Amino acid sequence: MMKKSKLSSIYLFIIFAVLYAPIFYLIFYSFNSGGTMYHFEGFTLEWYKELFGDTRLLIIVLNTIIVALLSAAISTILGIAGALAIYYSRKRRVQNTLLSLNNVLIVSPDVIIGASFLILFTMIGIKLGFVSVLLAHIAFSVPIVVIMVLPKLEEMSTTMIYAALDLGASRWDVLTKVILPYITPGIFAGFFMALTYSLDDFAVTFFVTGNGFSTLSVEIYSLARRGVSLNINALSALLFLFTMLLVVGYYFIIKRNSRPSKMGVRS
Amino acid sequence: MRAKSRNLYLIPYMIWIALFVVTPILLVVYYSFFDIEGHFSFENYKKFFTPVYLKMTLSSFWYAFLITFYALVIAYPTAYLLTKTKYKQLWLLLIILPSWINLLLKAYAFIGIFGTYGAANSFLEVMGVGSKQILFTDFSFIFVSVYIFLPFMILPIFNALDELNPSLVDASKDLGASWWTTFRRVIFPLTIDGVKSGCQVVFIPALSLFMLTRLIAGNRVITLGTAIEQHFLVTQDWGMGSTIAVFLIIAMVLIMVLTGRRKRGML
Amino acid sequence: MKQLVRALIIVLIISFGLMFIVHKLNATQGLSGGNTLTIFNWGDYIDEELIDQFEEETGIKVIYETFDSNEAMLTKIEQGGTSYDIAVPSEYAIDKMREEDLLNPIDHEKLPNLKYIDPRFMDLPFDPGNQYSIPYFWGTVGILYNKKMLGDIEFTSWNDLWDPAYKNDILLVDGAREVMGMALNSLGYSLNDTNKDHLHEAKEKLDMLTPNIKAIVGDENRMLLENNEAAIGLVWSGTAQEIMWENEDVEYVVPKEGSNLWFDNMVIPKTSKNIEAAHQFINFMLDPEVAAQNTDYVGYSTPNKGALQYMDAEVINDTRFYPNEEMTAKLEVYENLGKKMLSFYNDLYLEFKMHKK
Repeated sequence: MMKKSKLSSIYLFIIFAVLYAPIFYLIFYSFNSGGTMYHFEGFTLEWYKELFGDTRLLIIVLNTIIVALLSAAISTILGIAGALAIYYSRKRRVQNTLLSLNNVLIVSPDVIIGASFLILFTMIGIKLGFVSVLLAHIAFSVPIVVIMVLPKLEEMSTTMIYAALDLGASRWDVLTKVILPYITPGIFAGFFMALTYSLDDFAVTFFVTGNGFSTLSVEIYSLARRGVSLNINALSALLFLFTMLLVVGYYFIIKRNSRPSKMGVRS
Repeated sequence: MRAKSRNLYLIPYMIWIALFVVTPILLVVYYSFFDIEGHFSFENYKKFFTPVYLKMTLSSFWYAFLITFYALVIAYPTAYLLTKTKYKQLWLLLIILPSWINLLLKAYAFIGIFGTYGAANSFLEVMGVGSKQILFTDFSFIFVSVYIFLPFMILPIFNALDELNPSLVDASKDLGASWWTTFRRVIFPLTIDGVKSGCQVVFIPALSLFMLTRLIAGNRVITLGTAIEQHFLVTQDWGMGSTIAVFLIIAMVLIMVLTGRRKRGML
Repeated sequence: MKQLVRALIIVLIISFGLMFIVHKLNATQGLSGGNTLTIFNWGDYIDEELIDQFEEETGIKVIYETFDSNEAMLTKIEQGGTSYDIAVPSEYAIDKMREEDLLNPIDHEKLPNLKYIDPRFMDLPFDPGNQYSIPYFWGTVGILYNKKMLGDIEFTSWNDLWDPAYKNDILLVDGAREVMGMALNSLGYSLNDTNKDHLHEAKEKLDMLTPNIKAIVGDENRMLLENNEAAIGLVWSGTAQEIMWENEDVEYVVPKEGSNLWFDNMVIPKTSKNIEAAHQFINFMLDPEVAAQNTDYVGYSTPNKGALQYMDAEVINDTRFYPNEEMTAKLEVYENLGKKMLSFYNDLYLEFKMHKK
């Protein structure tokens, strides 16, 4: 038993090391006075200073976060609705069709999604900018939420629902007090995946943005031709540390305050 | 009563599908029938069935398969070990965290790490193996792709494992099953939903990778995504690009149907 | 359920909080209303101090957006949606935009500083009379090679690349016209050649180059070559200039058979809402001192003769990046070959990319 534990720890350690290697690489070079991501010349904080003077970049970062949070939240809600819709469909054919339609956006290359959304938005007459980007992000995040939530719905035992109904629960109660709590892990998974999709997206955002609205990805990709300067490294380092603090901090607060109720026997 | 509640959830979801899924599909199919000069023709479809594109399709499928396979093999134990840790939700979030750093930056970091004078080769030198070309090989391409997709594979499997009733595992062990048998007969089948979700979220986008094929594989690997991006952007041959997209969508539907729902409760 | 609702509320509060901050920040930038100029340019392709200077001098507020490729920019402009007042496409894109009637003609009367532009770079086939575009930066396509890694050799011809000694040592830039153009030039043909036999010949020749090619990459080839990842690269002169800043062992040459002459010019898209301000901006950028400062920052070659007196002698006398008339006579600008021919080029290029060693 001890041996297995040690092996597992080593395995996990390697996974985390590999996952974080590029991140640390980026953070390491954000202090490079040499200006490039190799040949470390000397330690400097100039990139961080330059960052704080760049109001335009700051606005872009904030916009990116806003779009990510809102689109993830809204697409999660839509995704839950979608997963429920698929789950409740009686016929297998309908389920498969809905699922296939759902996954179309995941399989389509970003360029096509971006181009077709652009056409769609200009046809409807939506002004390009914050709204169009938000809509586009919601649109391509919904499928991943559905995919994350659906398995949890599948696993859910229907006897719980019947029991609740037998006990006189209304449909709304069944939803909010039985189903949703059970699939919460799936919902959070979906939310975080949606967040990831939104933060990382370049192609779709590029096509549907306009009027001065830009996200971090678009800025970074546009820098590629001339070379990404290290203030972007500094920015990423800060964002990363900030998120890390948030995550760890939030987790410990939650753990301290409440014990989320779970069903079933836990060892 | 079930039918009524289904309708309610369907409404917002169907609106989303109609606007953002059906319309782009229709657009793409529509464009696929126009050749570069804007005339209606089957030219694009004829072109697709030439050796160049068929080879590309096979190559895409093969690499997507490899990436999914390795991601699964690495993700499953990781997810399993994570469920055994004390602060599993925290660790899970820490797994997702790196994926919020921009893809281009991470790719640049990998170029730095895998470069001829990079950290990886320095390590190999120290180990006595000597410097090797890591960049622009199949290995580095699959490695970085798995790196990118890993969190997407871990998350659904983690959720599935987390909900696994431990008493089932205990029962199996009590009845004398070896660890491997327990895994094969009890754990894996019960988590197959999660595995399927993970595979979908990895395999399907992996078919249309194009950024990584250029950045890490140096275009030594050509996927359908490469061709589509070229057609949509460079040649402005939306027709051909759409045709390839159509085949991608068909492939996706086939996969969904094949791995589709066999009986109630199984995805 | 409570957990979910709580999470949702937190997300919404943070979002709206941030939106408020953005609104405040935008206000400090004076972004609401008034005389504005929307510029669409390559990433990091202008000294941002100059934008501030322009805003101060004219009181016009600048909205700045960036793109990473001509095609992406073209798609955005074609679809409309945003009214850009200034864009900075490359020459072949300008040719296309002219044909598709996407540009506003430029009134030379409003540009007194136009006289500073070197006449060599005016009135070129992609925009006769410069009716629609004004030169911003220009350059060539050539070979960058590492003298330290290869020994003291000199590249003079495109065909030098095919030498088997350079196995796995070349990085090509990911551009159909650049790569096909190089092959065409090496065979003595023009890089605007539309003869299908010649093109097939070029492609076959490229297939033979495959063993020497380490990778075909995009903008990151700058990083790779700086890092000595390969000894030889097919690059744009701008990239070469940037690499040479960091790496002293490399040399840049335009082969004797000829090569491509590229331009990034300023244009005024048809959807512009502030043509007056656009002209003011162009004239501002043409001012010799402004152009010199911009060139210092960007590092590419300026077409502005007047700016040269404000620049380092070492820079402007470097014939690799400021070639004389004799050298530029051999260079060709990409002509718009039409969609069908371009598609043919790209198909051949795609086939070449898939050719295994």
